[in-house]
Amino acid sequence: MVDWVKSLSKVLYVDLGRKVSWVEEREDLFGKWLGGVGVAVQLYKEEVPRGADPLGHENAVIFAIGPLTGVFPMASKVVAVFKSPLSGFIAEAHGGGRAAATIRFAGYGAIVIKGASDIPIYIVVDGEKVRFRDAGALWGMRSSETVGRVLREALPGAGYRTIMRIGRAGERLVRYSNLTVETYRHFGRMGLGAVFGSKKLKALVVIGKSGFKLPNVRAYREVYKEVYELARGPLTKKYHDLGTAANVLPLDKLGALPTRNFISGRFEGAREISGEKLAEENLARRVACLACPVACIHLAAIREEYEDERYFYKTEFVPYDHEPIYALGSNLGISDRFGLLKLIKAVEDEGLDSISAGVVLAWATEALERGLVSLKETLVELRWGDWRNYIRAVGYIVSQPNEFYKTLALGVEEAAARYGGAEFALAYDRVEPAGYHTGPLYHASLAIGFRHSHLDAGAYAIDQSLVASGAPVPSPEEAVKQIIEEESWRQVLNSLVLCLFGRGVYTKEVVVKALRALGYEADEQTLAELGRRVYLEKHGIKFLEGFKPEGIRIPRRILETPTPLGQVREEFLKGVVSYYAKLVRDYIGDRSAG
Amino acid sequence: MKRLVVVDSNRCVGCDLCVYACTNRYGYVGVSKSAIHVRSAGGIERGFVVVVCRACRDPPCARACPVDALVLRKGGGVVLNPSKCIGCGFCVTACDIGAVMWDSETMKPVICTHCGYCVAFCPHRVISLEEVG
Ligand code: SF4
Ligand code: SF4
Repeated sequence: MVDWVKSLSKVLYVDLGRKVSWVEEREDLFGKWLGGVGVAVQLYKEEVPRGADPLGHENAVIFAIGPLTGVFPMASKVVAVFKSPLSGFIAEAHGGGRAAATIRFAGYGAIVIKGASDIPIYIVVDGEKVRFRDAGALWGMRSSETVGRVLREALPGAGYRTIMRIGRAGERLVRYSNLTVETYRHFGRMGLGAVFGSKKLKALVVIGKSGFKLPNVRAYREVYKEVYELARGPLTKKYHDLGTAANVLPLDKLGALPTRNFISGRFEGAREISGEKLAEENLARRVACLACPVACIHLAAIREEYEDERYFYKTEFVPYDHEPIYALGSNLGISDRFGLLKLIKAVEDEGLDSISAGVVLAWATEALERGLVSLKETLVELRWGDWRNYIRAVGYIVSQPNEFYKTLALGVEEAAARYGGAEFALAYDRVEPAGYHTGPLYHASLAIGFRHSHLDAGAYAIDQSLVASGAPVPSPEEAVKQIIEEESWRQVLNSLVLCLFGRGVYTKEVVVKALRALGYEADEQTLAELGRRVYLEKHGIKFLEGFKPEGIRIPRRILETPTPLGQVREEFLKGVVSYYAKLVRDYIGDRSAG
Repeated sequence: MKRLVVVDSNRCVGCDLCVYACTNRYGYVGVSKSAIHVRSAGGIERGFVVVVCRACRDPPCARACPVDALVLRKGGGVVLNPSKCIGCGFCVTACDIGAVMWDSETMKPVICTHCGYCVAFCPHRVISLEEVG
């Protein structure tokens, strides 16, 4: 066994019910599956029984890092695998900040959190020591930013430290609440916040102080230098300069920027909320995840005078990215930059996934417009562009003062099931879509994707290249092949674990070199094979849990609003889904009978 | 002689790649072997503080060492003689800016040698090597 595998293969198990923890050596898993998503999926298989309630004590959260974590630039992400309370199936989310290297230097390759606590607690993992602490004073706190500050001050000291915590949305089990890392990064999608909330787990703090000796310093330094130079060069420049918000204007120009609940792909206010304008007017600071030269995290400063006192100001910092700009901006018809940033801030403070929150609010706006619901339900006038009322509604989604908001907290699918308007309830498999309306491949990738992130397979880029080249849209079968091939390779990157913004840096060749420098016997073909296996394993589990993609509901709105490649055809999406389903069923084979 | 200086900590994005570089020099990854440290200035939005030895002419750390394990370096700062060092940690407390780091494995201080290796790995020109008389 490679020594590096040994150094990575400690798994920390924390049982919240019994308030105990223990460590197991899992060289078997890290030897075979590298780390990250590969290992996390196997641990999930061991821990979460098939019929487990996502919000019950049987669900487990598995955090995993990989062989490159703490070692190479941009190996800055942690993978979380858990059963999603939004979709009802196994799900995956990624988070950055300082979490990845910190877990590595705390001595672990993965952390498994199981059971549920009876009282609000938080956990502090300080190397080998694991402490359970009373979170009574933190529970219900209004802003997740404050929670971070309190914990930071309570736990000073040397070494790396990461603070992952939920907001009130997670405590109140909003199905699309997130887990915030270091204030500005998130395990955003699929409701990890509610899983934490259901376990009465307010926060997980990890402190890492150790280090490791490298097996081959010369080989390592050589690859390191190469990766570092690539990572700070033109391949990532876009993310460095404007951040992901750089996408807003090009998408709008293409007609692919979802606007007012996807009724259009063009937003007349796009310029006002573009990456360019935000940088010129509001950008205050750029920060990075650990080990990343790109620093894509863009923080805007907003200055505001108190209404009750002249010349009395406060300044707040708000992280912005393409996704919240789409979901809470164009998709809600908001072009007032200040209002958009205030709304993002409200969503951040509550600890909601901005994509789902925006899509839910867009549906509610349209439902009110069409008279499916009235002010009696919505309590405030939801109108395109009215950010003040949207901020109030965000508060209601969390406090849930009536049936309507209780339903909104379950996601757009439930809302439409109850109040109607399914044609314009935007979701695939109960999960609200990320912000690209580029064409059929993108929508296909959402329909069959695992993370419900545009980064699952990056299929918007395939659409965009089709627009550029004028080539015809491939057949469903061909499309599935392309999507799955890309998604499979990304399983390798997500097992290492790399930030996908570095996917251009970490070509197959570079990945092989990096692993070899650490003593792994890697080659491109074996890695590609591994990626495919991980892909099939995780999708396979979802099927075994009862996922039936053929029954997928395709919102009419998706089919009606033209993309840059014309209207998306329903038969195309259905075709994609059935090829995909066949492929996964072939893999799980007769196991599905059991 | 040269010394390492922090040119503008406002440009720092907190990536810690300087820390990675310093640690890598000796064939390690991790946190405790680095002579340079970066921490947030009380919340990430306020930016970062880059802590590194200032190469003092009359270094308090050397004065605090009871066994003369820290000898003056030409151009400022000190050089550690590890075989003399007894690991008492007085130097750590003596440095007001907290630039004497601690290696919890060897139980000895980590002292910046002002080699400048980290400079090439800072993507945002926060640190540089400066000529001193
Ligand atoms: S590109 Fe952005 S998200 Fe990715 S590691 Fe760098 S700072 Fe973090
Ligand atoms: S490498 Fe530069 S930008 Fe990164 S933490 Fe160090 S000083 Fe800051």
